[in-house]
Amino acid sequence: MAKRIDVKDLNIYYGDFHAVKDVTMTIEPRSVTAFIGPSGCGKSTVLRTLNRMHEIIPGAYVKGTVEMGGKDLYSKDTDPVDVRRRVGMVFQRPNPFPTMSIRENVLAGLRLNSKRLSKSAADELVESSLRGANLWQEVKDRLDRPGSGLSGGQQQRLCIARAIAVQPEVILMDEPCSALDPISTLAIEDLINELKEEYTVVIVTHNMQQAARVSDRTAFFNLEATGLPGELVEMNDTRIIFSNPHKTATEDYISGRFG
Amino acid sequence: MSTQALRRRRLDDIEGVELNPVRASSNRAFQVLAALAVIAAAVLRLAGVNLALAAVGSYLAFVVLVHLVYRVRNGGRVAADKTAKAVLYGTFIVAIVPLVSLLWTVIASGGATAVNPDYLLTSMRGVTGVHDRATVEEGAPLIGGAYHAIIGTLIITGLAALISVPIGLFTAVFLVEYRSKGRLATAIRFLVDVMTGIPSIVAGLFAFALWAVLFGVGTKNGFSGAVALSVLMIPTVVRSAEEMLRIVPNELREAALALGVPKWRTIVRVVLPTAASGLAAGVTLAIARVVGETAPLLVAVGVTQGINVNPGDGPMNTLAVYAYNLFKYPRNPGYPDPSLDRAWAAAFLLILVVVLLNLSARLIARFFAPKTTG
Repeated sequence: MAKRIDVKDLNIYYGDFHAVKDVTMTIEPRSVTAFIGPSGCGKSTVLRTLNRMHEIIPGAYVKGTVEMGGKDLYSKDTDPVDVRRRVGMVFQRPNPFPTMSIRENVLAGLRLNSKRLSKSAADELVESSLRGANLWQEVKDRLDRPGSGLSGGQQQRLCIARAIAVQPEVILMDEPCSALDPISTLAIEDLINELKEEYTVVIVTHNMQQAARVSDRTAFFNLEATGLPGELVEMNDTRIIFSNPHKTATEDYISGRFG
Repeated sequence: MSTQALRRRRLDDIEGVELNPVRASSNRAFQVLAALAVIAAAVLRLAGVNLALAAVGSYLAFVVLVHLVYRVRNGGRVAADKTAKAVLYGTFIVAIVPLVSLLWTVIASGGATAVNPDYLLTSMRGVTGVHDRATVEEGAPLIGGAYHAIIGTLIITGLAALISVPIGLFTAVFLVEYRSKGRLATAIRFLVDVMTGIPSIVAGLFAFALWAVLFGVGTKNGFSGAVALSVLMIPTVVRSAEEMLRIVPNELREAALALGVPKWRTIVRVVLPTAASGLAAGVTLAIARVVGETAPLLVAVGVTQGINVNPGDGPMNTLAVYAYNLFKYPRNPGYPDPSLDRAWAAAFLLILVVVLLNLSARLIARFFAPKTTG
């Protein structure tokens, strides 16, 4: 199910502003890839181009190709809605739908698309998704309560359950722990480790320890100065990036000399 | 003196300030003075002074006395506090007096007639000055009611809502979800703002003229009135719906889109339900705003004395027009009281409808509100 993603010569623009230039990278299936780098270097922007969420901002567009399993996500006959169904996303702030219960939140991807589902199949999907997000034990007795009544960490895991309920091939996470306390963060990191058994996971993080803990490969993004486009400096196995980076900029950043 | 020296002197001044020690101030004197002011006003009134003069005079005396008493007892800071309090209470009373007085007048003059089933369930068809004279001179029961006007109000306002709510909602969705910036959006917003300020009589004339062009000069019917009310209602609906859609967090739209939900489904299934309470409340208030319109309906719908439930066929009556009509043209000019009673009762019903609409707006808002705890 998990797919490889090949990014070639990707240039990303917001109207006239050139946000990211010449990114070429390969994201391996069934692994965790971390994007690190200083604020404004375009790592979230690159992440959002992987499921075409980038283009919902008016005036935003990309040049270059993003291939998933050999199929270009930006070709003319690709439906962005279909791309987003196959590439799930978890955001920085937990965002369960406030009008829906926990159960409805998990089923949102199907229900919002008016997919018919028998009661037993729905129950099964809710349980497997919540178990997949390590949330089942905590909420199994209150599935009909509003999702927004949960704690922040639980809400974030609910959002992960919601994302995996549509059975995507890739899961993107945009700083999923930056609004959470250390214990919830640990729960999410454990979960990421389990998710990579089945999915390709890409995570943006500001926390370098987190990148070192959870990821197999790490991409370091940087920008030369404000106003200039961000670029991919170095991408390698996480072990190498954090012990023996090839570029001085990477070493400076991870050792805290700038950024 | 150099600026530095100036600065230093100012600092010295500040350091030289002795802070007032804080003393607990009681409210007793304030209450006693307020009671005295009320008594003084009553005494002045009984002594033959004009009511307004008595009230204003004793109020001013009250403010001055509050200031003086607290200045002597507690110092300037507390005196300023209590004086401001006295002024605020005064303005509150000034604001509330006309409201209470209006409500009281309408209830006292029209309440009894309005709850009479005969009044609620008969029209004015066949009611003439003869009947009114009989009511006044021989004590015969008041006949002729507002049934046709109630029906007309419901039909015309309902049609206006049917026209305005979809148009207003779609415009708001367009402005928020599809084209929130750019020349077209600015132009639409500008026009909506201009429409908000249109005098209601102009809306009535517009509908009247439109109907003259479409169906012949002088055509008056319920649909025409509904169009006139829509002209007044649409900008209100657009503005309130736009505000409500705008406060739906962007994260929810992104969450739905990231699940592979098309944009139109995101709007229909996530954005609109999340904003439902605000939208419903906005629509209800917009209805309450136009339900009492008189002038446009007088122009576009006309007046009739009988029941007309077909908005496509000739004049209808509505509560506000009914009240105006009976006040201006009593059935029997020699005995106007029965007609005035009916007009007051119609006014009472109209206020009741507006109050109920406002209450239901609150209930709707509470019912649809997203639940955060459970």
